[in-house]
Parts: sequence; C-alpha cells; structure tokens
Amino acid sequence: MDIALDDRAAAALTGATPPRRAARAGGRPPFPFAAIVGQDEMKLALLIAAVDPSVGGVLVFGDRGTGKSTTVRALAAMLPTMKAVAGCRFNCDPAQAAQLCDACRADPRRVVQTVPVPVVDLPLGATEDRVAGALDIERALAEGVKAFEPGLLARAHRGFLYIDEANLLEDHLVDLLLDVAASGENVVEREGISIRHPARFVLIGSGNPEEGELRPQLLDRFGLSVEVRTPTDLPTRIEVVKRRDAYERNPARFARAWEAANRDLRTRILAARKRLPKTVVPDATLEAAAKLCIALRTDGLRGELTLVRAARALAALDGDAQVTVAHLKRVAPPALRHRLRRDPLDEAVSTTRVERAVAEVFGP
Amino acid sequence: MTPDAGPSPAADAAAAARLLAVDPAGLGGAVLRAGPGPARDRWLALLAAALPAGTPMRRLPAGVPDSRLLGGLDVAATLAAGRRVVERGLLAEADGGILLAAMAERLEPGTAARLAAALDDGEVSVQREGVALTLPARIAVVALDEGIAAEEAPPAPLADRLAFALRLDDLPPADLAAWAPPARVDAARARLPRIPPDDRILEALVKSAAMLGIAGIRAPLLALRAARAAAALAGRDRMEEADAALAVRLVLAPRATQLPAEAPTEDPPPPEPPPPEPDQNQAQDQTPPDPGPDQQQMQEMLLAAARAALPSGLLATLDLREQARRAAGASGKAGARRQAARHGRPIGTRAALPRSGQKIALVETLRAAAPWQAIRRRERPIGPRLRVLREDIRIRRFKERIGTTAVFVVDASGSSALNRLAEAKGAVEMLLAECYIRRDQVAVVAFRNRGAEVLLPPTSSLVRAKRSLAGLPGGGATPLAAGLDAAAALAREASRRGRTPLLVLLTDGRANIARDGTPGRPKAEADGLDAAAALRMLGIPALVVDTAPRPQPYARKLAEAMAGRYLPLPATDAARLSAAVAGVRDAA
Repeated sequence: MDIALDDRAAAALTGATPPRRAARAGGRPPFPFAAIVGQDEMKLALLIAAVDPSVGGVLVFGDRGTGKSTTVRALAAMLPTMKAVAGCRFNCDPAQAAQLCDACRADPRRVVQTVPVPVVDLPLGATEDRVAGALDIERALAEGVKAFEPGLLARAHRGFLYIDEANLLEDHLVDLLLDVAASGENVVEREGISIRHPARFVLIGSGNPEEGELRPQLLDRFGLSVEVRTPTDLPTRIEVVKRRDAYERNPARFARAWEAANRDLRTRILAARKRLPKTVVPDATLEAAAKLCIALRTDGLRGELTLVRAARALAALDGDAQVTVAHLKRVAPPALRHRLRRDPLDEAVSTTRVERAVAEVFGP
Repeated sequence: MTPDAGPSPAADAAAAARLLAVDPAGLGGAVLRAGPGPARDRWLALLAAALPAGTPMRRLPAGVPDSRLLGGLDVAATLAAGRRVVERGLLAEADGGILLAAMAERLEPGTAARLAAALDDGEVSVQREGVALTLPARIAVVALDEGIAAEEAPPAPLADRLAFALRLDDLPPADLAAWAPPARVDAARARLPRIPPDDRILEALVKSAAMLGIAGIRAPLLALRAARAAAALAGRDRMEEADAALAVRLVLAPRATQLPAEAPTEDPPPPEPPPPEPDQNQAQDQTPPDPGPDQQQMQEMLLAAARAALPSGLLATLDLREQARRAAGASGKAGARRQAARHGRPIGTRAALPRSGQKIALVETLRAAAPWQAIRRRERPIGPRLRVLREDIRIRRFKERIGTTAVFVVDASGSSALNRLAEAKGAVEMLLAECYIRRDQVAVVAFRNRGAEVLLPPTSSLVRAKRSLAGLPGGGATPLAAGLDAAAALAREASRRGRTPLLVLLTDGRANIARDGTPGRPKAEADGLDAAAALRMLGIPALVVDTAPRPQPYARKLAEAMAGRYLPLPATDAARLSAAVAGVRDAA
C-alpha cells in the first residue's frame, strides 16, 4: 500500500529535517561522545579533524558492532558551535568574506547567528541530485522558476559528511565526493542551472573490510585511517554493554550525565584551535617526519604533510607548544598506514610496518 | 541432547516469537531458517497473534528497488498532480512493526545495509530524487532464510543485528502442534521500561558471550534485551536467572563459535578448538573480574543452558557455516552482483531518446521539463497539464562492462606442493594486489586429491582471498580436469552477471586423476586437455603459470589447448607475472 503524502505534508517533513542530528529515533539525543569506551585511535582522529579540518578526512575500518557509526554520530552533540550567516543555505562563515556565497555577498546587512556544526549522514541509496543539489522540482512545476535546491554537500559545508558503509557507495557518487572534497567547492551544471557554492567538509567514511574493499583512489584521499576492533578484555566489554543499556533505558538522562565530560572535550577542542597557529613545528621534527616517510617509502608528499599536521593538532590538543617526535609517534599509524606501497591484503601488516619503521627511525 | 536440557527447542522458538512481539525494535528480529511450510507459517502466526492489534507487517520482496524500500518521489502521482508527491517506502510503512524479508539468503548486500541502517537508527533517511526526509522506522526484520547449502545465509551485517536465529525445520512436528496461540503482549510492553538494570545478569551475559567465542558487542546487548523482554513477559518486575538462561539459549547459543568448558573454574579455560580467527578468541584469554560465589553459580548455570542448546555436532556445523558465510561474503551470493549485471555501473543520465532496453530517468526528465511548463502552457493552452517534449527526455547511462572476475586456479597437489606451492601462493598474492588496484573481483579454486574446491566465490574482499589461500593445504593427486571444470563454471557464472572472466591457472600440468575420479595419467591428461579446450570454446582469456621446477611441455600444452598465454614460474619475476596478467586482461 502506497501512501502519498500531499505536498504540504512533504514540504513540512522536508523542512523538518534538522540540519544536525541532535535528535534521532523519536527525539532522543545521540550517545555522548565522551561516554564511548575505548576506541582511542578513532576518537583521537576525530578530535584532530575537529581541531584542524585540513588534515583531510577520517576513514574508519573495522569489525561489525564496534560502534563506528555511534562514535561519528556522537560528534554532533560534542563539537563546539560555529558562527554562520543567518538564513544562509550554505552556512556561510561571516569571518571569511572571500568565501561567501553569492547571496551573502549581495547582502550587506548580514545577520550572524550561532549554529551547531553540521554532521551530515549520506544515507545509502542517496541519489546524485540530493548529494550535489539540483533544480527544485516543486518550484519549477508550480511556479516555473528555476530554483536551486541545495543538496547534502551544501548542508555539510564547514562540518562533517559521514558515509557509513563507504564501500557500498556507488562509484559515481564517490567520484563526485572526492572531487568536491578536493576542491572545496561544489559546481552544479545541470538542467539549465549553473551554480557553485563552497563545500568544505571533513569526509568520514566507515566500512568493514569483510564486505569489500575501498577503491585505492578513495583510500588515498583520506587524511587519517583508523582501525577499530571489538574490545577483547572482559571489563571493557562489560562497561560497553552497561553504558549502552543505561543510554537505551533513558537517553536524555544518560546524555545529561555525560554532558560535563562532553563539555570538557569541547573546551579542549576550542583551546586547541586557538593554540594551533602558535604551535611550532621545529625543523628537527620535520626532519624526523621526512625520515619516517622515506623509511616507509610512502607515495608523494601528502603523507608527510598529513603526518605533520596531525601531529601539530595533537600537540595543540595536549597543550604542548612544540611538536615533538612523541606526537609524531602517536599519529604515525593513522596518518600513514593507508599510504604504504600497498600490500592491500593485510591491513594489520601495514600497521606493523608503520610501527616497525617508527621504532627504527625514532628509536624505542 | 542432555536429559536436563530444559525447555524443548520448539518451546524456545515459540518464546522467541513472544519476546520479539514484546520488543521488536530492541531485539531487531530473527533469522528463520526454514523452507516454506507449516512450521514457518505457524511461527509467523504466533508472532502475529502476540503482536498488539494493528501492528504493521510488511513483506520485503527479494530485489526490492530503493524507491520501494526507502521511498522517494511518486512519479505517477507527481505527474498527475503537477506537484511533488512523496511516496513512503516499506521501511517507513513497517514502523512499529515487522518487515518480513523473503528469500533472505539472496538479499543483496546493499539492501541488507539499508535494513541494518534502519535497525540501528530506528528511522529511515531518504535523500533521493529531490526528496529529503527522515521518517521513523522502528522495525524488526524477520529474515526468511530458505537456504539449503551452508553458505547460503542472510548477509552477515543483517544477521548480526537480529537477536534470534531459529532452525524450524529441525523441530519435531508434534512439538509444533503444541504451540498455543499466545496472549497479546500489551501488558508486557508496558512493563518493559520499568524493569531495572541488573549488573549481575549483564556481566554474566557478557561473560557467557566471551566464553562461547562470540566476537562483537551486539550479541550480549541483544541477549540483555531478550532477558528483559522475558522478565516483562513473565510478569516480573526484575530480571531473573531463568530470563538470562532463555536469552543465552536463544541469542548466544546460535552464535557460538566454541564450546564453553564443562566446569568453569576461577579462570576461564584454555581454548579448545582453534577458532577460525585470531581476534575472535582473544576474549577468552582474559581473566574475568573476580566473581563472587553467587555470580559464579549463575555463570555456570548460563553456560549449562548454552551447552544444552547446542546439540552435539552442531558446533561443527556452526563453524562451517560461519566460514562459509565469511567466504560468501556479505552477499547472499547469488543476489549480490545480479543487479550490477542487469544495470552495469550507473554513471548518471544524459539527454537522448530511449532506444529499446534503455531506461528513462523519470525524475531527471521531469526536472528537465519542469522549468518550461509555464511557457509551454502559454503557447498551447489546451492539452495535458504537464507537457514533456522529446528534448526533455533523459535516459540513464550505465557503463557496460563492470569489471573483471579473475579466477585463480591453484594446483595444490603433491607434485605442485613439493615443487612450489608456497611460491605459487606468493604469486597469487601478488596478482591479487594487482586486482585490488584495478578493482577486479577474484575467485580462488584449488584442486587436489579427488576433486576441486571453490575456496572463494567471486569477491572484492582481498582479505578473504588471502585468508582462503593461507589455509590451503598441499598434497595428494592432481585432478586437473575437475579444477578446470570448476573454474569454467565460475567463469560462466561471472559472464552471466555481466563481468568479464579471466583465468589464471597455476600448475605443473601433471594430471593424474581423470574426470571420473579414477587415477591414471593418460586419461587424466586427456581429460585435462579436454577441459582446457572447453575453456577455449567459452572464449575465456587465460594465463597458465607453469610451477614445474624446470619448464616441461605439460603446462605449455595445456596453455595451447586453452589458447592462453604460457609463463614458466622459474623464469618469472613479479614484474613479468604482473605484466602477463595485465596483457591477458587487456585482451579480454
């Protein structure tokens, strides 16, 4: 039985789609980021991306049921808010005059408001028109107006775009995402519409290697790649189930109980962002990073750049004024493991190789 | 089955239906492995009878398109109305109720992932064809698994999220007849949220899961919800051990990959059978936090329940099944790539008039026509409300060839093993790396002793490919013809799905087992050449890598018979091998 909602209902529903997933499944708050047990590498990678989005995306690969999606979706409620031009469909940043969209540029009396950082899901089955944006059928049919209806890329601007099961995404969408992620701009040329708008976002992809591989081209585009595993020690597993159960029984109360911890993380991110431009990368550290990349024979300079940027963000998070080899060591596996001249058959081997090289180059 | 096995499996199956009715969205659903027949019908009737009145129950047809599953633009209604009309999908329609997935063993991985997302989120997010909305979809999925062979099973990402796995065909019909229609569960539902957490039961369930070798956190969580639902159903206001025991039997036992030790001591016992995966058995190496005597007792009781629910010999089946499932991958195998073959890789749309077989992209066409409606209506005031001209029509574009399936045929016989099975494995691994970069699918066939075995059906997961090779033993006779026949079957299957097959055979060519399984070189070699000729008739490009220590004529003759390229391994380095495969592939 098909139920056709009438257009008003549909519009209401469409409009009701919140820009951030603060409320899921019947208005319940997301699982608090701070309450996630373990998965330290993944959490660190996300914090680094929150401090310095130019690190360039996080790929999360791992077993089923390890809370990959839960962790990413927990971001929205944990991240600091941001300032945006009120009413702007692209969440324009009022502080970046050069990057404003056409509408904001044309409006001299821009009102600024505080909004949550968008964490946008790219659901499976999404079609290209909804991802990139397209002609608004509704208005075209009813009014004969050629209006642009922004897509998910517009909504994700200045935030995060999350693809669960990235390996199941259709190739043409992957190409589109990579193109936009690289250029920071979405260009739509279709149905007589010609529009470009800023679309700078941190791409987060997750998947399970058992379900199929990611294209190597896609792999390379992610700044950091983390592996998540099921915790194996009993106390951790018990704690995971306990917290999950407590959350499910009363999501609002659980979220309140963890709000202080989430707030601490938020403060840490804000402090790190402020500290980031002043965080010094000494030549010795740069040299060490280069040595490590040479030892691992990573392709191109992207690995080295990401390694240094991630280490700097980590130093900023830790409150350190200088980036040291200790920081490099911690971010080397996620920054480099997916860039090795590949033995694609075994990710664990890549991790081991990075660790071995770290030990050789930096000493134990 | 031990005499103190507790409630019969049939009684437990009936209990599962009632528990699911109490908390469908929490428990996620059930895998019902049974052929169509009275057992399955009776179980579904039980479920329907227990569910509160008016609970939606929808059937999910195999191969359901996104427009029906997720919803989207109702094109017909939109055209008729001249404005956007949204159609709800099955996921949203089944909100608060049950979605029955027919032929779940053939469910496509993409469909399974969409169901999994709805199960995780309790809602469905639609971003399709100009429609952007999120609708509640708090559903349970009952996966009707009609698989016969062990490897035919619902996709693992889905099965992992469904609390129960029931095998109804094994139940005695007399027990089924005893199923009484249950009372509705409205009272239990009201009680469910009031049942308090119980750390003792929670910890015992997590520990039981670990001792049964169950990786992942979902299983103990589902077991906990099942225990809570059981308490609510029994009219209790707290969980008791009987509830936990039922949860262990229904949720944990079917997922077990190892038997718990008979009498658990302070420390968990050392692993008994080596489980297939190293990371799965790490859990049992851990010492649990010091359990009190009471806790210890309950733990023992739960493990006894698990043991009772595992009939002897079942473990082996489970293990095989798990392996087979892993081999078959996420896909319900047959369904997996079918869609790809039918459609190819979609690469957008373009303006053109559709010729036969091409698909009109309705929404895109509509979009192209929409801006002109006002003008067209002005030009010709009389006529249909919506005017679509030929230049508006958009057709879907697909990339015809969607990729190569490289079938590796590995001779694991004694002669090869002695010579260079290890090197052959190395070569295959290297070739696999090449395939990975090109996104080819790979399949692995090995032959030794009496026959050939498909170690790995076509997959793009190289982790699995490598695993299947690593576990390949060597030794025994050389049934070459059987190996080639198996490869031919895989290759035919691949082309049927629109992929280009490619064959890489690693052998010394010294066949000594004929097609009919009889030993003897002359007949075996003749059969081998015959099978090779059959491959040539299929037009499958092939590469024969001679694994003999010194190049001998056997493998070369084989290569000629299948009109393939010949490459002696001793003289081959990695670069040449990869160039040869690339050459064959380009010729394809």
